[in-house]
Amino acid sequence: MSLENFAKLGAAAIASSVRSGEVSPSDVIRASFNRAREIGAGRDALNIFLHADEKASIEEADVMRTRVESASDAGVLAGVPVAIKDNIASLGLPTTCASKILEGYVSPFEATAISRLRASGAVIVAKTNMDEFAMGSSTENSAYGPTRNPHDVRRVPGGSSGGSAAAVAAGITPIALGSETGGSVRQPAAFCGVVGVKPTYGRVSRYGLVAFASSLDQIGVLGRTVDDAALALETIAGYDKMDSTSSGEDVPIYRLSALGKPAPGARDPEAEAIRIGRSPIPLPPPPSATTLNGIVIGKPKEYFPDSLDGSIRDLCERSLDRFRSMGATVRDISLPRSPLAIPVYYILAPAEASSNLARFDGVRYGLRVDPGKGLKAMYEATRSQGFGREVTRRILLGTYVLSAGYYDAYYRKAQAVRTLIADDFRSVFASGVNAIFTPTTPTPAFPVGAISDPYEMYLNDIFTVTANLAGVPAISIPVGRMRNLPVGGQIITAHFDEYTMFRVAYALEAALGAEAHQ
Amino acid sequence: MAVTREDVLHIAELARLGVDDARADELTKELSAILAHMEVLSQVDTAGVAPTVEIEGGGTPLRPDTGAPSLMEGTLESFAPSMRDGFFIVPRLATHEDSSESGA
Repeated sequence: MSLENFAKLGAAAIASSVRSGEVSPSDVIRASFNRAREIGAGRDALNIFLHADEKASIEEADVMRTRVESASDAGVLAGVPVAIKDNIASLGLPTTCASKILEGYVSPFEATAISRLRASGAVIVAKTNMDEFAMGSSTENSAYGPTRNPHDVRRVPGGSSGGSAAAVAAGITPIALGSETGGSVRQPAAFCGVVGVKPTYGRVSRYGLVAFASSLDQIGVLGRTVDDAALALETIAGYDKMDSTSSGEDVPIYRLSALGKPAPGARDPEAEAIRIGRSPIPLPPPPSATTLNGIVIGKPKEYFPDSLDGSIRDLCERSLDRFRSMGATVRDISLPRSPLAIPVYYILAPAEASSNLARFDGVRYGLRVDPGKGLKAMYEATRSQGFGREVTRRILLGTYVLSAGYYDAYYRKAQAVRTLIADDFRSVFASGVNAIFTPTTPTPAFPVGAISDPYEMYLNDIFTVTANLAGVPAISIPVGRMRNLPVGGQIITAHFDEYTMFRVAYALEAALGAEAHQ
Repeated sequence: MAVTREDVLHIAELARLGVDDARADELTKELSAILAHMEVLSQVDTAGVAPTVEIEGGGTPLRPDTGAPSLMEGTLESFAPSMRDGFFIVPRLATHEDSSESGA
């Protein structure tokens, strides 16, 4: 393997070459930083990185070399550079949530997801730009300026995990971590032509993820390919005693789903050898008429409205044709309460945010602005100067819907409708549907500055937010291009059935081949 | 229902967010426009529907009530705005200042 075409290398291939001694971890990390310079990841161009320390990352990679030479298990991500959204707490690099209120803040502890990546041999190379506190769909709400889409620098990368999606799309890292509350991994993945996964609520520990809306938040992964995303997710998933909402369900080796077979038992010794990187995954067979035999794909009419852009509809229909030609049955279904999801989400998420963000008060960490007029004036000055416009708007919206007189009409009503939305998904999966297929977004990436109305921006999440409300897993993968911009297709499965989600995604990716990026 | 300017100033105070006059006018319009889109929910029949308060049931798991060593690397001083003798220092409560100003 040569590092000359670094920007196109998958995580598994890099790790395999590092384990075999073919390339050194520090050379891989240098290649990542060289690519970042070449593509213009800095503040004055794509503005992907908020924090990076090349010297420290190379030193970390040198430690990895010692580990490779001394151990038989150097980890499935040995030497793989990873970018991390800046709302996930990391040791060494700051964690600012792209907010002035946390400028320069370095966390004294590390998120479990990052610890697990490092334990598997990954090297953290950067913290990436995002919408402030993950509130936004374009990465324009960053206090440190917008990130640009590597496919067209006049356009947004999506958000709120826009920096992580751009880092992967630009070939700087094969995988990156983002976070989801209403589509913040899948929507930027679609806009940037990469793969993005929102796992089942509880699948990945939220320890160290700065809380936005705790009943919806989940760390997600971005990858250049389905394989990159599967490898990253199986590394970070699983129970964590530091997060009481994390699940004890076994984590299958998602990469084995590419073979089109059921998941082997969690204690299967062959599977275990693959899990730790001692045995390679067998190569999946090329797509055939039986690849998805027995799989039922649901096509929900609410996600293909008459108003849907014709090009996006055509690209999704092409994907559905591929499913049929691989032996799957495509069934028309309905998720009738999905059109209520945006109003529900924009009550519940701001309500939870107004509570979670109360902790940023200038007392224990972060910014303090003290006008010298007492404690309350310090709170107000700190929060007013520390939070940007969208964060302020959402805190106020959340405070309003929770305030006396409005709680039942808004908050409690939204909680009940959330139950109905989740019931729709439960009914569909109980009826024998294995996976639901939809467009990820109603449009491709839009120009920077094009959307100024807050509610119009919220509508970007219209096809993604239901999975967060229902707690089910979903993936966005590239399904083609319109006007030379990437378009994503979304696959949603039942709670904790990421295995089937990946199986369908691997099959579609293979069936589309180069067409996924044309 | 439309949000009034007084509502905005009231919730801003509850949220400890200083809002100046011009921004209060903008927020009144913005929040009213956003909440107008939420009205659709009032048409939904939710009689007998349990609100979602957790995902996938099971309740809140409890752990033994025992202490564990801090996982913090570094000291509080490394990130606290103001500390003395292991305590976070905050400005005086305004009420105390008021009483000292009045000579009480």
